[in-house]
Amino acid sequence: MIKALETLGATVLESLEMIGRTFNLLLVTVWEMLQPPYRFYPIVRQMYFIGARSISLIVISGVTIGMVLGLQFYYILERFGSTDLLGSGVALGVIRELGPVMTALMVVGRAGSAITAELGIMRTTNQIDALECMAISPDKFLVGPKVIAGILSVPLLTHIFDFVALFGGYFVGVVMFSVPEGSYMNGMVDAVQWVDVRLGLVKSLIFGLLVTLICAAQGYYMHLTKAGSQGAEGVSFVTTNAVVLSSISVLFADFLIGALLQ
Amino acid sequence: MSSSTANHGVTGNAIEVRNLTVDYGTRRILTDIDLDIPSGKVSVIMGGSGTGKSTLLRCILGLKQPTAGSIHVLGTDITKASTRQLYQLRKQTGVAFQGGALFSSMTVGENIQLALREHTELDENTIQIMTRIKLDMVNMLHAEHMMPSELSGGMTKRAALARAIVMDPKLLFFDEPSAGLDPSTSAELDELILMLRDSLKMTIVVVTHELESAFKIADRISIMGKGTILATDTPEGIRTSSNPEVQGLLHRKPRTSVLDTEAHLKALMGVRS
Ligand SMILES: Nc1ncnc2c1ncn2[C@@H]1O[C@H](COP(=O)(O)OP(=O)(O)OP(=O)(O)O)[C@@H](O)[C@H]1O
Ligand SMILES: [Mg+2]
Repeated sequence: MIKALETLGATVLESLEMIGRTFNLLLVTVWEMLQPPYRFYPIVRQMYFIGARSISLIVISGVTIGMVLGLQFYYILERFGSTDLLGSGVALGVIRELGPVMTALMVVGRAGSAITAELGIMRTTNQIDALECMAISPDKFLVGPKVIAGILSVPLLTHIFDFVALFGGYFVGVVMFSVPEGSYMNGMVDAVQWVDVRLGLVKSLIFGLLVTLICAAQGYYMHLTKAGSQGAEGVSFVTTNAVVLSSISVLFADFLIGALLQ
Repeated sequence: MSSSTANHGVTGNAIEVRNLTVDYGTRRILTDIDLDIPSGKVSVIMGGSGTGKSTLLRCILGLKQPTAGSIHVLGTDITKASTRQLYQLRKQTGVAFQGGALFSSMTVGENIQLALREHTELDENTIQIMTRIKLDMVNMLHAEHMMPSELSGGMTKRAALARAIVMDPKLLFFDEPSAGLDPSTSAELDELILMLRDSLKMTIVVVTHELESAFKIADRISIMGKGTILATDTPEGIRTSSNPEVQGLLHRKPRTSVLDTEAHLKALMGVRS
């Protein structure tokens, strides 16, 4: 019993420390990025890695989710005889909820885990120390471009996701179940308002920050955790951690933003 | 800071370590260490594996905050220095890490160019030429476009040295330069270290296991035992030292625990005496 309490206490303490470190990383990185010289090429490169190389994944999952949504909404709406609401249902569901969340989760799996592993390996092989010894701030050189690229890429990817998901819904509704094209399109255009688009945008911006920041912090501060002295095994441990933590954070933030912004 | 700068001028020491104590968690790694590194000389730190040589270097580089003590580098106490002061010092410092620590996403050439690109306004052509000069110094010209993962252990060390000296630093740290190198490459590196001292007036700190190379390059040798410095002297003084542990290291005596076979076997079997 005492033992269990001790373990619980240690876990809570370690989690709090990690949250503190992640927040610290954010502050230091913002500060360092504000110092000249400003370099854009590293951000572009990270956007290529986080953004461009995720597009095919986003398109495939977007179409699939849109079709699934179209299918389920159609069955439900058919019971009430109001399949003309299909367009509105799919559009609102995608733009307000599924677009930002699914995109963020895809980015966690594809780019987030890679960010953690890269920084973790750089930490264990002293590459981050080497940067410091060359008087190059690792926050500015490594972390900053990744976080900024995340904040810029996730909203862009979300828009791509939204677009193809709406197309998937259209395919199921109009092509498969012959919902009149006019009612589908008009439903979509009428239902979606500026607040819905804004909600999706705010979510995706915050998710982009959360995912890249949490994943970066897990690798960057690897040496301060138990995994720090375990080399390759430690890297795989923090990578798993990063995926779990950033996914949960996305879902939790999704709820919070939804509650605060309607 | 002005008093310590004056002090630095008088004593001629580039680095002064005083009462340095370092812990990793609850484990004490270094205990109450004093060490002077004279300017413009080659100082060698020797000692068995795990005695804390790399940890001492990490502290001097400001990568690890000590539990107690002070470290003056070029007159600045780095245990109390601001990030800005630390970065100012690091621009005058070159480090070749034990494992090389080359950036794995860049070619050897790009590794060497990074500091030039970040800290100087040199044009592309000059950067290329300076890169090749440094690569040539370590006999690595052919490897400019290779990735670090394609290098052998010895090539990695030489590339790391080229990266460390690219800014012509005042202070050069080199952790284990000759471990795992063939005799002729190792001798070449020794020559290079002496050349850097004589022609560029660098202050050089080398951590090594290799006795022969240590005695060849050192102006001063410090011998480390478990977490302490056993002796600091000229190579001649170390050779004739009466300290039994120093003599043990010089003559490669096996560990005393192994000499007492019975006790050692008991220890292996987990029997406590
Ligand atoms: N990150 C770390 N966390 C915990 N303990 C560490 C860490 N780094 C080093 N140590 C411990 O500190 C002690 C000294 O290590 P250090 O690397 O300084 O030895 P060394 O003299 O450089 O050895 P070698 O000649 O093998 O390189 C060792 O006992 C090691 O276990
Ligand atoms: Mg070492």
